[in-house]
Amino acid sequence: MSMFSIFGISGSAVSAQAQRLNVVASNLANADAVAGPDGQPYKARQVLFQSQPQGPEGSAGVAVREIRQSDTPGRRTHNPAHPLADVEGYVTHSNVNPVEEMVNMISASRSYQNNVEVMNTAKSLLLKTLQMGQ
Amino acid sequence: MSTTAATPQLGIYSQALLLRAERQRLIASNMANADTPGYAAREINFGDAMREATSGSSLPPLAVTHARHQALPGSGGMVAQVGYEVATQPSLDGNSVDMDRERSKFTDNAIRYESTLRFINSHVKTMLSAIQGQ
Repeated sequence: MSMFSIFGISGSAVSAQAQRLNVVASNLANADAVAGPDGQPYKARQVLFQSQPQGPEGSAGVAVREIRQSDTPGRRTHNPAHPLADVEGYVTHSNVNPVEEMVNMISASRSYQNNVEVMNTAKSLLLKTLQMGQ
Repeated sequence: MSTTAATPQLGIYSQALLLRAERQRLIASNMANADTPGYAAREINFGDAMREATSGSSLPPLAVTHARHQALPGSGGMVAQVGYEVATQPSLDGNSVDMDRERSKFTDNAIRYESTLRFINSHVKTMLSAIQGQ
């Protein structure tokens, strides 16, 4: 029965979107972090999705291929009074863009909801199929 | 799939149900991959697939024993030709899933699946009352 593979397909998408939400949460939590004594600020992370053949021909689920760190330079502010300022008086912040992360969060949560709805519909259709002929 | 149904109508309904389940799975796969870069949305032409499935002769389908064997059209095999959707608004990452269209197709297909189930149920009821003669 090909409808059963919907749970695998949508389940993989839900899990991938949840991972994306996790990464967004991590980015937003570190949005105001500054570089420590080692000079390495927090780098924003992005998940990369990849489709993954699943079930019979033509259908595919989603898998997270990798979590990539963004290489854009962090924001630098001049604040010599800051305890973590470097010798020139600059503080390096993380390269997280909060606006980008919020947009990412909304997109991930909408996709998550869509896939949950798909699973609910598939479930109700299968339950009705079970009652066929009664 | 050559179905040996109790009545001709039941055979048609069962083919329709299988195709609807197949299409539901494809749409679920499209929705799961709404955020995957480079994913091309898949779709089957229900009318063509149904015609293909029902116009077949009563002969059993040819056995496909090799990867390069092709099912003969009209041979009664379950041959839902999976094609690609045309993107209405192409996106930069190569993804051709239109979420609004997919959602409406998903609901539409779910309702049609359920109607087919109801047709089967009422057909079974009719047949049972004819058998029992009450």
